[in-house]
Amino acid sequence: MANSILQVEDLVKRYGDVEAVRGVSFAVEEGEVFGLLGPNGAGKTTTVEILEGLRNLDSGRVSVCGLNPQRDSAALKHEIGAALQSTSLPEKIRVMEALRLFASFYKRRRNPEELLKRFGLQEKRNTFYNQLSGGQKQRLALAMALVNDPKVLFFDEPTAGLDPQVRREIYDIIEELRREKKTILMTTHYIEEAERLCDRVAIVDHGKVIALGSPRELKAHSGGTTRIEVRLAKPESNGVLKGLEGVADAREVDGSYVIHSNRPPQTIVSIVKHLEAQGNELVSLEIASPSLEDVFIEMTGRRLRD
Amino acid sequence: MSNFTNLTRMRIQLALRNKMFFFFSVIFPLGMFFVYSGIFAKGDPRVVSYFLGPVIALNVMGSFWGLSATLVTFREQGILRRFHVTPVSATDMLGSSLLANYALTLPTVFVELALARLVFHVPNLGNLPSLAVLVTVGTVSFGSLGLVVASVTNTMQETQVLNQLIWLPLIFLSGATLPMGYLPKAAKSLAVFLPATYLVSGLQNALYSSFSVWKLLIQIFSLACWALLTFFVAAQLFRWEPEAKIPRNAKLWAAATALPFLLLGIWENGNGQILNQAQSAYHSLDQRPSSSSPEVK
Repeated sequence: MANSILQVEDLVKRYGDVEAVRGVSFAVEEGEVFGLLGPNGAGKTTTVEILEGLRNLDSGRVSVCGLNPQRDSAALKHEIGAALQSTSLPEKIRVMEALRLFASFYKRRRNPEELLKRFGLQEKRNTFYNQLSGGQKQRLALAMALVNDPKVLFFDEPTAGLDPQVRREIYDIIEELRREKKTILMTTHYIEEAERLCDRVAIVDHGKVIALGSPRELKAHSGGTTRIEVRLAKPESNGVLKGLEGVADAREVDGSYVIHSNRPPQTIVSIVKHLEAQGNELVSLEIASPSLEDVFIEMTGRRLRD
Repeated sequence: MSNFTNLTRMRIQLALRNKMFFFFSVIFPLGMFFVYSGIFAKGDPRVVSYFLGPVIALNVMGSFWGLSATLVTFREQGILRRFHVTPVSATDMLGSSLLANYALTLPTVFVELALARLVFHVPNLGNLPSLAVLVTVGTVSFGSLGLVVASVTNTMQETQVLNQLIWLPLIFLSGATLPMGYLPKAAKSLAVFLPATYLVSGLQNALYSSFSVWKLLIQIFSLACWALLTFFVAAQLFRWEPEAKIPRNAKLWAAATALPFLLLGIWENGNGQILNQAQSAYHSLDQRPSSSSPEVK
C-alpha cells in the first residue's frame, strides 16, 4: 500500500448537501488495470477527477505517483494521461494537429506519428474533429491520453455511448495497453468491460466501495453458483423459492426472481414442479454463469444496469 | 511560454477555418468602412479621415464578441476540460485568446487604412504611433471584456444577450456611430463613463487631428489600466468546467471593471477635455471649405 502508485484513503466529496463520495479507499499498483464499477451517479467520475487534480476533495487523502493532486497539480499533470467523460475538441482541429498540440504541452513526449498508426488513425490525420465518427473520436481521445507517455492513465467510461462493435475495438486497445503493463484506472458501468479488462475491480455504489478484488475473487465470493433468473405469471415468496432443491439464495429484483443454485438441473425441475402445483406459470427463464452483476445484486439488492 | 505560443497558433488556425469569423471580423468591419466612407462621408477625403477613427474603433471593439463566444463554446462543449488535465494554465488559455485576436484584428485595420488612402485618397493617416498604441490597448482591453463576459455567463444565449446589452450603448453613445458633437448634452455626460468613448476619441484625434501619443495620454492610460484590470478579473473568474458555478462574488468582480471609467467619467464631466476635442473636430469639418457637404446622416 505504501508503495502503490495511486492511493485513496477515506475520500469524501460533497456537492452542497449531497455527498457524492462517502469514504472511498483503494490503492492501485504499478502495471495494474484497476476498475471502478458501479451505476451512474455512484461517485466514480468524481473520484477520478479528484485524482486527476480537476476537483478538490473535502476530506481524506489521495496520492498519485507520490504527488498530492490538489497541491502539486502542475507537476502531476506531466505524469498522467486521461480520457475524460463529456469532453470534446474544437470542431475544426485536424487529428494530427490535435495530437501535435497536446504533445507540445509536455516535457516527456511520444511520437504523435507512432500513436496515429497504433490507433488506426493514419487515414484520418487531416480530418477535422467534427467529421470523425464516435469510435474514431474515442480512439483519438485514447491516443491523446498517451502523448506524454504517462505513468498513470485514467479512462473515464471509455466505451459509454459506443455501439458494440466499436466497444470491442476499444477493448482491444485497452487490452494491448494492459499487456504493456501500463497502470490504468478506469471507470465503467459495464460488467463485461470490468470482467474482461481489469486485474482488480472496486464495486462502487452510493459513493462507497462495497466490494474489492479480482473479478474471479469477487465471483467466488458470490458462491460460485449458477444464476437462474425467472419471471413468473403470479408473485411467489422468496422463502419458498429458497427452500427448493439446490438453491443457495433467491431474491426478487425488479419483478423477476434471481435464484443462485449449486445444482442447476435439479433446481429447474423443482421450480417447474412447484409452480405446477401452485397453478403458477413460468413466463421466462434465463441461466447464466455468475458475473459481477450477481455480486452487485447480492450486495445492494439492485441491478447494476438501469 | 511554448504552451502560450502553440495555443495562439491553434486559435489563429481555427479562426481562419471559421465562416462566422470571416463575417464578423472581415466582411462586417469592411462593410462598415464603406458605409461610413462612401455614404456618410460621400467620399470626401477629409470627412473619410474624420470617420476613419470611429470605423477602426468599431472594428477593435468588436473583439469582445468573438472572444466571449469562443470561450463560452469551448467551456460548454467540454473543450476547456480537456485542456485542464494538461499542464496548460488559465493564463495560457486567456492570454493566447487575446494574442490570437490581436493578430487577427490587425490585418483588417491595415486594409481599412490602405483603402482609405488608396480608394478615398485620404491625404495622410495622422499620427501612426498613436494609432498603433490605441489599436493595441483597445484590442486587448475589449478582448478582455469579452473574456469577463464569458465567465459571468453559462450558455451561448446568455452571452449573446449580455453582449447586446454592452454593445448598444458602446456604439451609440461613444461617437462610434453618431459623432459626439451630434449627441444631446445628457448623452454626452453619460458618454464619458464609457471606455468606448475614449477609444473613439483617441483614434479620431490620432487619425484626423494627428495628435501625438503625449496629447492622448488620458485615452491611452485609461484604456491601458482598464485592459490590465479586465484581464486580471477575467483570470480570477475563469472556469474550466461547464458545470462549475459562477463564484458568488463574480458580479462584484465584473462590476469592478467599470470602476476606472466611472472615476474618469466623474472627472471628465467637470473637465470636459475629451468632449471639447470631439466638439472641435466635429466643427472643423464645417470650417474649411470642402467639395461636399460635411453634413452627417
